[in-house]
Formats: sequence, C-alpha cells, structure tokens
Amino acid sequence: MNAKREIADGIRSAMPVIFAAAPFGLLFGALAIDNGFSVFEAVLMSATVYAGASQMVGINLFGDHIAPWLIVLSIFAVNFRHVLYSAVVGRHVGHWSKLQRYFGFFFLIDPQFAEAEKRAEDGKTVTFLWYMSTATAIYASWILEGWLGAVFGKLVANPADYGVDFLLPVYFLGLVMGFRKRPSWLPVVAVSAVASIGAYVLVGSPWHVSLGALAGVLAAAAIGGEPAEAAE
Amino acid sequence: MELSTTTWIILAGAFATYLTRIGGHLVLSRFKTIHPRVNAGLNAVPAAVLTTLVAPAAVFTGPAETATIIVAFVAAFYLPMMAVFVLGWIAVLAFRALIG
Repeated sequence: MNAKREIADGIRSAMPVIFAAAPFGLLFGALAIDNGFSVFEAVLMSATVYAGASQMVGINLFGDHIAPWLIVLSIFAVNFRHVLYSAVVGRHVGHWSKLQRYFGFFFLIDPQFAEAEKRAEDGKTVTFLWYMSTATAIYASWILEGWLGAVFGKLVANPADYGVDFLLPVYFLGLVMGFRKRPSWLPVVAVSAVASIGAYVLVGSPWHVSLGALAGVLAAAAIGGEPAEAAE
Repeated sequence: MELSTTTWIILAGAFATYLTRIGGHLVLSRFKTIHPRVNAGLNAVPAAVLTTLVAPAAVFTGPAETATIIVAFVAAFYLPMMAVFVLGWIAVLAFRALIG
C-alpha cells in the first residue's frame, strides 16, 4: 500500500475522534485556568499527560490543595486501563522497530487503541505511518483545543446546550458495536456493563473502568480461546 | 529556569501515564507464546474497556441520555459508525428537548 493512502486513511480514522473530543479539550483548557493553571501549564498537561479524563481529575485535585503524590497517583489510577492497550496492540506491531513502539505507544489513548484494533481486524497492516498519521491529527488538535480553551475559556458557552457533552459516550458505544464480530462479544459487553455500573455505585469513579474492564476480560478468558478447544 | 510545583506534578503525572501506556507491552513481550485464554482475554479488551466508558454514563446521566444510548445501540446494527454518531447527537438534543 502506498504512503499517501496510509496517511489519508490515518487522518480519516482521526476525524470522528477529533470531533467527539473537541468539547472536552476546550473544557479542559477553560477549567485548568479556573483552577489556577497558567496557559503554559494547561497546554503542557494536554501535551504530556494526553488523556482527557485523567487531566480533568488532575485539575480538580489541584484546586483542593491535595498532596502532589496523591494527584499523581490519581492520574495513574485513571489511566491504568492503558496497560492493557499496548499489550493488545503490541501483537499487531511486531514489525515496528523498538524505538517506533516506545514512541508510538505514547499516543495510545482510548480512540487510538480502538482504531488500531479495528484496522487489524479489517485485515490491514497497522503500519507505523498509518498509526502516526491518526495519532498526530488527534494529538495536534487536542493540544490546540487545550490552548483555545485556556485562552478563550470564558467565551465557551455551556456545552450541554448543544448536546456535545454526550458525544463521547455515543462515540465509544459506536466503537463497542464495531467489535461485535469478535468471539464472546455479547457476554463480555454484558459482564463489563453490569460490573462497571456496580463498581460505579459501590466503589466509585474512576475505579469502575478498571474493575468493569477486568470483569469482561476475565469472562472472555473463562469462556476460552480458539473455538476448536471450546469443548472442555 | 524555575519550574512551578504544578509543572512538576504535571510532568510526574505524564511519566506515570507513559508507564501505563508501555507497561502492558513490556510485560507481554517477554513471553514467547501467549496462552489461548490470555489471548481470548486480550481480544476482549476493546469491548470490555470501552463498555465501561459507556454503561454508567448511559444509566446515571438522565432519561434523555439513556434513551439516546438505546437509539444509538439499535442503530449501530444497521448503520455505519459516522451515521450512528450523527444520529446520537440528534437524539440527545431531541430527547433533552422532549423529556429533559
């Protein structure tokens, strides 16, 4: 496949992500300033942590004068699900160099992971060029949104007025549905849904993500691997 | 240059986040073969994780949002991703106007 096509494909994969994440990128910038961040610090956080939910959790804690190590731990807890992502995607990128892997995995956020898995499932090679085209488009717009939100935050109206605050769950649902041909999809989704709702009530956010995901993964492992060895 | 406490916390948070992004690969790449059950678990990761980002939001945000997720869920069996996305957007606006 030629390079031009890989880049175009990569940017096309990024489009709905950029669209769905934009309100959150802007909101992050605006809230960061509200919580006493400088514009530089807001942009720095979007550029280096690069994970929406954990950035929101982080700035909320900054406002409360909590011990620094506890803020770092909270960011780590919210992002812990990422541990699974490089383990999964790593199986499709054996042809990348070591440097490409450790560089590329920096950008392995929820939608990047889902798009990479979708590409592998479609039988296409997850090339470094395709991956970085998607990643660069999402990353650049995320930083730009953080900056715009920080500078013009006061001008951003209530996102709920336009329904954009609920675009991300809709987008994630679309991704979940895209994986429905995979073995054990229905039991995995059912178990993860029930477990995450239960954990959300009993343990609280953000732990419902890790606990719900763990329950779904264990369900899939319990059901088994290849259909051939399903009889047991 | 003097860096603020906030800057240091951000950089430490970024480092912790990077560890989560490479950690899984670091561990898994040490194994020559992957047990079928581990492989089945890994194949379930996208659906499992992404479901947890949808389910509580679908249940606890409000009736309009619950209705939106139901519409998007059904639509996703028949329509491509981008159409589901746009339909979901229209649905959340409509349901909020109708049932709040």
